[in-house]
Amino acid sequence: MGLPDPFLASALLSFLAGAISGLATWKRPAAARIVAFAFAVLGSLLLAVAGCRALSQPTSATWSMPLVTLFPCTVRLDPLSAFFTLTLAILALAVSVYSFGYLRPMERTRNLGALGFFYNALLLGLALVFTAANAFFFLSAWEVMAVSAFCLVTFEHEKAETRRAALVYIVMSHAGTAMLLAAFLLLAAFAGSMDFASFHLLASKLPPAEQGAVFLLFFAGFGVKAGIVPLHVWLPDAHPVAPSNVSALMSGIVIKCGIYGMARVFFDFFGRPPLWTGTVVLALGVITALVGVLYALQEHDLKRLLAYHSIENIGIIVMGFGAALMFRALGHPNLAAIAIVGALYHTLNHAIFKGLLFLAAGSVVQNVHTRNMEEMGGLVRRMPGTAFFFLIGAIAISGLPPLNGFVSEWLTYQALLAGFGTTHSLTRMMFPIAGSLLALTAALAAACFVKAFGIPFLALPRSEAAANAREAAPEMQYAMALLAAACFVLGLGATWILPVFDPITIQVLGAPVSPSLIAHGIALQAGTAQSGTVSPVGIALVFFALAGTAAFLVNRRLRHARVATGPSWDCGLPGLTSDNEYTATAFSKPLRLIFSAFYRPNREIRPDYDVSPYYPSAIRFESGIEPTFEKYFYGPLKAWVFGLSRRMLAIQAGSIHAYLAYIFVTLILLLLFGVR
Amino acid sequence: MIASFLIALVQLLLLLTVAPLVGGLIKTLKARLQIRRGPGILQPYWDLYKLFQKGMVLPDTASWIFAATPYVVFGATAIAGLMIPMISAKAPLGLFGGVLAVVYLLGLGRFFLALAGLDTGSSFGGLGSSREMTIAALAEPAMMLAVFTVAIGANSTSLSEIARVATSTTWHFLAPAQMLAFAALFLVLIAETGRIPVDNPATHLELTMIHEAMILEYSGPYLGLIEWGASVKQLLLMTLLINSFLPFGLQSKWSLGGVLISLAYLLLKLLVLAVSIVLVETTNAKMRFFRVPDLLAMAFTLAALGLVSTFLF
Repeated sequence: MGLPDPFLASALLSFLAGAISGLATWKRPAAARIVAFAFAVLGSLLLAVAGCRALSQPTSATWSMPLVTLFPCTVRLDPLSAFFTLTLAILALAVSVYSFGYLRPMERTRNLGALGFFYNALLLGLALVFTAANAFFFLSAWEVMAVSAFCLVTFEHEKAETRRAALVYIVMSHAGTAMLLAAFLLLAAFAGSMDFASFHLLASKLPPAEQGAVFLLFFAGFGVKAGIVPLHVWLPDAHPVAPSNVSALMSGIVIKCGIYGMARVFFDFFGRPPLWTGTVVLALGVITALVGVLYALQEHDLKRLLAYHSIENIGIIVMGFGAALMFRALGHPNLAAIAIVGALYHTLNHAIFKGLLFLAAGSVVQNVHTRNMEEMGGLVRRMPGTAFFFLIGAIAISGLPPLNGFVSEWLTYQALLAGFGTTHSLTRMMFPIAGSLLALTAALAAACFVKAFGIPFLALPRSEAAANAREAAPEMQYAMALLAAACFVLGLGATWILPVFDPITIQVLGAPVSPSLIAHGIALQAGTAQSGTVSPVGIALVFFALAGTAAFLVNRRLRHARVATGPSWDCGLPGLTSDNEYTATAFSKPLRLIFSAFYRPNREIRPDYDVSPYYPSAIRFESGIEPTFEKYFYGPLKAWVFGLSRRMLAIQAGSIHAYLAYIFVTLILLLLFGVR
Repeated sequence: MIASFLIALVQLLLLLTVAPLVGGLIKTLKARLQIRRGPGILQPYWDLYKLFQKGMVLPDTASWIFAATPYVVFGATAIAGLMIPMISAKAPLGLFGGVLAVVYLLGLGRFFLALAGLDTGSSFGGLGSSREMTIAALAEPAMMLAVFTVAIGANSTSLSEIARVATSTTWHFLAPAQMLAFAALFLVLIAETGRIPVDNPATHLELTMIHEAMILEYSGPYLGLIEWGASVKQLLLMTLLINSFLPFGLQSKWSLGGVLISLAYLLLKLLVLAVSIVLVETTNAKMRFFRVPDLLAMAFTLAALGLVSTFLF
């Protein structure tokens, strides 16, 4: 038992105070907006300090919480926990600042006290999930996180869509928790304790069958939270229906609880896992990334599109984990370090740019009153700030240089490429194939974000609401500016930020990673300088020098030339209207046809006639894609569960005597067989 | 420091001056093969000169994205050009990025071009953007897999290192993996530079345009920058293909004599590559858009076979 970290303790207390203040201001939304979110901002700042301190002075001391004495509430800020805590802190800071402006119009209509309570409870739960050092306490924090997220998702519960999405979320989340519970109990049976410290490298010492069971239970349990295909179906339903500040937290950091859990299990509990674990994780990562981006491409609900991209990015992160597991199994800790750093860096980056995109989308949705991209358009003129920040996020998530998404994808590519040389079996083909599918994913993501930025923000407004949209409140813009700046810092400053990962790789692999990743101070390298280098800051400098020179010369030329504005070419029609614009549906049509085996698209065209069948008065067009996972996996599963429940009905007579008898029989059986 | 700055400047100037020439060469050769006289090999220079002298018309629907795109395209393509070995096995900005950075910088240019296409508000722009992004997305895995084959052979993603390994082993290019990867990259080159059978750079027919549709509303100096950037991209991809697979004659040190020898070899090999592109363009008809995925799937298969062949040889 070490000394408590004062910053962590005060951050937790601050979130607690925020939650209580939410209860205290239950009927006063104006006060709730200020007080509860001020506590959230304060807590995030304190948490950031705690995370930074723990990363600069790594410690694995545990600290027992004095408040609760029923079970061991131990907390630990080892480097892995500190990294996720820091990620949480940065995102929570921006989102909480955003909330001041975002919630102001809701003061009249909504119970912001409740929102403040659950919001702070969620942050508290998240902070505890990342720092808990005991399986029992971890699962308790996990439930706080899951249930408060559920309550936030149902915040706009008057809509049937919201209630259904939240129900699916909480059911799947609890199925995941059940798997986690089973896995932890299996481990605890061997360790004789629930402390994470006693699980360290323990899983690898189990017999192979138990090892496999523990691994799969953990992977599936955390996979539900992270949104691994096919356990992802709740995610694109639940994230968009929440208020946008909550969506940013859900997609930015709540799903990262699954990633944290995987990192903890894969690299702390397992020492040298069997090779098949890595191949399973890598393959599912690739599938998750591709399925996520393919569905995102056909989505025209701006927030659902972003939610599908969360699945894609989780896939990219999990690919890094899979490669790292394989490298450890094959005995290449240096490569494993690169893969882990790539995955964790992408975790941080995704929290930043997905948070940014959801905040920008939230500003748009608040002003245009729809999530349907086809009814937006031209917002770059009416909301220039929001448009600019969304563009930064779009460039970052598409993995384009020199922003942060490029850096983490580059590291993942390098790890996958180096994997080819680690074995001589056919397994090595997995690495370049995974790499090329990562390239496909990234290119499809770029295509998708051309749509996601181009259709809502460019050209002419497609609806009255879009034409009259107003710029987001200043607090919202400050928050987006903060995250956009972080995209630049994490991209251009990658070589200065990588040493942050040293304590983590020392913790899990025993050696610092940054010496093998930094070349000449300004460039990243993959292991050695021969294996390839990249310098985001160098690229940015030369790029701006070249583009700037071109701009200077062209503008000097243009001063003597005539620059006019005129209408776009309209094929001789009388003027261009928003009806002539390319729609989001049309934009993604080629890919819908090319991948029709995956999408199974359907469409219906129904003309209405007045007089003659040659002159339709109106034409209805409907087009959609088949929800494969829901139809072929979850539909039958649901039918089976309902059937089982109906049969169970026979023993649920509703008579208290029967229930007492069941309890008695169970007790006898347990005494006979359970107690030795 | 100053030396490497000068080297970068030399390569930049070469890149910018040779690029229109390659375009002119292809056009002239193609015309001759079709028994036409053709526009003359220097025509692209005159076109660029003319465009930079003109005024321009901006569409009234367009935003600052439309105005920023020409500079982004030009800047991203030019810096990518400095990362490939052109007249020496050592690329001037090799430290700043290798083959992955080149691919992604071209992606940055394409991203903005597609946005500018949507920014005009006409259906042509959106049509071009949609098609361009679709083809690029499908070309990407084939390109990466072919690049990986080369990178794995050299154990590096640095183009300087790839060229160094390729120059140090003679007859390297005859290895099956190399030949298959070369074939795959050649197909990708045709798709990426918008040539027949994927796209037709000479067409202005609405239904068949891809690249041209995206930039339909550009005029004057902006169009000049975009056209120039496109020709630099074409030269860059051709040079990348040449110097990763057939780098013989490429000098590894920067010296006046070495640069001249490398340049002579490069021009010769560019001529050969241009002739093969012209042959492909003249003997093929433009494909229907939904046939293009088959072509790119073929490129992907070739690259995958190249990787598998490393097991056998």
